[in-house]
Amino acid sequence: MSENYDVVVIGGGPGGYVCAIRAAQLGLKVACVEKRGALGGTCLNVGCIPSKALLHSSHLFEEASEHFDTHGIEVSKPKVNLEKMMARKDKVVDSNVKGIEFLFKKNKVTYVKGAGEITSPTSVKVALLDGGEETLNAKNIVIATGSEVTPLPGVEIDEKNIVSSTGALTLPKVPKKMVVIGAGVIGLELGSVWRRLGAEVTVVEFLDRILPGMDGELVKQTQRIFAKQGLDFKLGHKVTSAKTTKSGVTLTVEPSKGGDAEELKADVVLVAIGRRPYTTGLGLDKVGVELDERGRVKTDEYFQTNIGGIFAIGDTIVGPMLAHKAEEDGVALAEMIAGEEGHVDYGKVPGVVYTWPEVASVGKTEEQLKEEGVEYAVGKFPFTANGRAKAMESTDGFVKLLEDQKTHRVVGAHIVGPAAGDLIAEVVLAMEYGASAEDIARTCHAHPALGETVKEAALDAGKRAIHM
Amino acid sequence: MATEVKVPTLGESVTEATIAKWYKKVGDAVAADEPIVELETDKVTVEVNAPVAGAIVELVAGEGDEVEVGALIAMIKEGAEGAAPAKEEKAEAPEESKKEEPKKEEPKKEEAKPAAAPAASAPAASTSANTDHPLPPAVRKLVEDKNLDPSKIPATGKDGRLTKGDVLNFLEGGGSAPRAAAAAPAAPAAPKPERELREGEERVKMSKLRQTIARRLKEAQNTAAMLTTYNEVDMTNLLACRNQYKDGFEKKHGVKLGFMSFFIKACTTALNEWPAVNAEIDGNSFIYKNYCDIGVAVGTPQGLVVPVIRSAEKKTFADLESTIVDFGKRARDGKLGMDEMTGGSFTISNGGVFGSLLSSPILNAPQSGILGMHKTQMRPVAIDGKVEIRPMMYLALSYDHRIIDGREAVSFLVRVKECIENPERILLDI
Repeated sequence: MSENYDVVVIGGGPGGYVCAIRAAQLGLKVACVEKRGALGGTCLNVGCIPSKALLHSSHLFEEASEHFDTHGIEVSKPKVNLEKMMARKDKVVDSNVKGIEFLFKKNKVTYVKGAGEITSPTSVKVALLDGGEETLNAKNIVIATGSEVTPLPGVEIDEKNIVSSTGALTLPKVPKKMVVIGAGVIGLELGSVWRRLGAEVTVVEFLDRILPGMDGELVKQTQRIFAKQGLDFKLGHKVTSAKTTKSGVTLTVEPSKGGDAEELKADVVLVAIGRRPYTTGLGLDKVGVELDERGRVKTDEYFQTNIGGIFAIGDTIVGPMLAHKAEEDGVALAEMIAGEEGHVDYGKVPGVVYTWPEVASVGKTEEQLKEEGVEYAVGKFPFTANGRAKAMESTDGFVKLLEDQKTHRVVGAHIVGPAAGDLIAEVVLAMEYGASAEDIARTCHAHPALGETVKEAALDAGKRAIHM
Repeated sequence: MATEVKVPTLGESVTEATIAKWYKKVGDAVAADEPIVELETDKVTVEVNAPVAGAIVELVAGEGDEVEVGALIAMIKEGAEGAAPAKEEKAEAPEESKKEEPKKEEPKKEEAKPAAAPAASAPAASTSANTDHPLPPAVRKLVEDKNLDPSKIPATGKDGRLTKGDVLNFLEGGGSAPRAAAAAPAAPAAPKPERELREGEERVKMSKLRQTIARRLKEAQNTAAMLTTYNEVDMTNLLACRNQYKDGFEKKHGVKLGFMSFFIKACTTALNEWPAVNAEIDGNSFIYKNYCDIGVAVGTPQGLVVPVIRSAEKKTFADLESTIVDFGKRARDGKLGMDEMTGGSFTISNGGVFGSLLSSPILNAPQSGILGMHKTQMRPVAIDGKVEIRPMMYLALSYDHRIIDGREAVSFLVRVKECIENPERILLDI
């Protein structure tokens, strides 16, 4: 049994499902193949959504435990009902997943439940979850199979004592001591969750800084804030082996540059050193689709692989491994396949860390600008000087804008503070239009709102902040 | 990565050019510094070379289009070998999607207007701002504070919007686009509807160069109080001098001894004595010059161009002759530079090569005088009461009466005549 489609998307995550829906909106006949049994990919099922649900729940718990008193709200020491917290998280995930299924029905995207394998540039064989096989004929095939956790040699993940992010989202109880390996976004977010719920958390990081790739000043401040919250950091160290015993996990840790090893004991260890593209089982080597040295599918700027008619997007290709980047890829590709223009500017994809305070970044860091020899101006504004932040008791952090002095365009923004992930959106839009800091400064921002910090930082770039 | 090719700086006060001819089409390979297009400006045609070796992926403007200095006109993909895409074409391409394989190096031939730049390239400077969009706040402030016309500023923002940088860079480059039309550039008045052609008539659009020549001629006429004084010169002695020394001259200097060097020297002698003829009116002042930058008019298939010999009074006869030969050759090849055609203080025009006996040249604004040379013709003249047949040339000096009075003009021309009739006068300054 075989059906003919204009586009077959393999993978129903943010890249895949968005690509499918957009293509369908443009009048193409689309099928989306997903083997998880649920749409939404890593993001909805074991990534973005469940982690944000737990982050919010744990944030409320910490507010109630530590900060209600300041507001004159007197409660007895709150307790964590982890089962209930997890159940709520599952409900949130479930409603999102069902939402995607509904969108597929609405847009007439055929949802094929099974594992897809590319058997030729125009056909995808699906091993159906219900049993049996189906072949889909496709004029265009989109690889949107996302990524998987990068394993750490010597520290084998069993999702019980040594967990990946997936396991960290479903721990049966709050660990007494947790070690997070990797101070990237995922490690810091999940480390924050369990710290708030009562665990003693140590983050071990190979480099001598957290959040690799982000602006240096930003991460230094951020680390200070997290340390104040009680997150323990062991930077410049690597974990060489792990031994699981009855009492927990014993890690062997040594300095990254080499040196004396030491032992670190924990109840739960979270391996969060990164993610890598997932293309297993797609039959790529048989069809001849080339990967690069990092396992990413090689594509040109039109998402086209080396085999005509086969494309790839999202975490399987170059670019930031972020859900919204995958979505942009998906839309651009769907539009190109439908004969329109498509383009994604990876330099304007924001990155957010959903801790509290949040951390958000878009564009160039100061280090990058210095390296490129670009003359730039800096505008900074602390949340301590923002009325709303003061009223909210959330004054840690600052907004930093970077403006190229030749073109007078904003080329980067770095924020740590309340709602940073939402505040950054204004700057991304400004950058899309080639706006200058002055343009942002001359745009009316509501008062008293957190967004004023962006306006004041913009004023500071021109050396004329009013509230500082 | 695609490299942008932009319209280069063309000379002071030259803000735009017309694409006269593309030497390359999309897909062609180019070497670094190979000329890819010919641009026509007010004064000269200029070639633009490829900045890198590669293949043309896009031509943003078409032949006949007007483009501004700094505007993007082409995109070159570095290193790419011509138009053949490396990847295999999809044989099973769908019929319904007209471009299901996103464009590679092939241009969108169907589109008449220049296509948007390919996905990976940086924003290109459009020719002028798209003023349909509201101005960003910083731009609005600048435009209002500095009284600018946004539609005249090249824009690099999204969809042709202006950015703050666009305006600042425009101001830095000395641009001024006054909003209230002050001294409006001599643009044609509201274009009349073109009249219908009758049987046997053919309409040919004027080239940019010709339109500009036309405009400047009228400007000269409308500005200066222009009139012409005439005289005649007996070429006997000059011809004799030339015949005597021409072989030795060519042997020593490698260039033919013509008449122009003598005429230029005669003029520099006379200009030195009658500085008003070498001067210029600027507002309510005269500007006197203590150098003679002599423009020598050269006819080319595209029209008259006037390259300038700098400090002609200091140059030797050999220098003058070889400079003129070089100018002539490069003028016909269209390879004269902008800086070679501006800033002259006096012009000599020779209508005699075409057979003109007598004419009244038009001034080369903002100069105040122009000498017209004509055909040397054997004529009977009265010498010491007898009729003699002499080789005679009429000379004409058109001049601006606002700065040069009749006595000065006539005396200048008489002095030129004297120096030609007895060339040793140039040597002796007498």
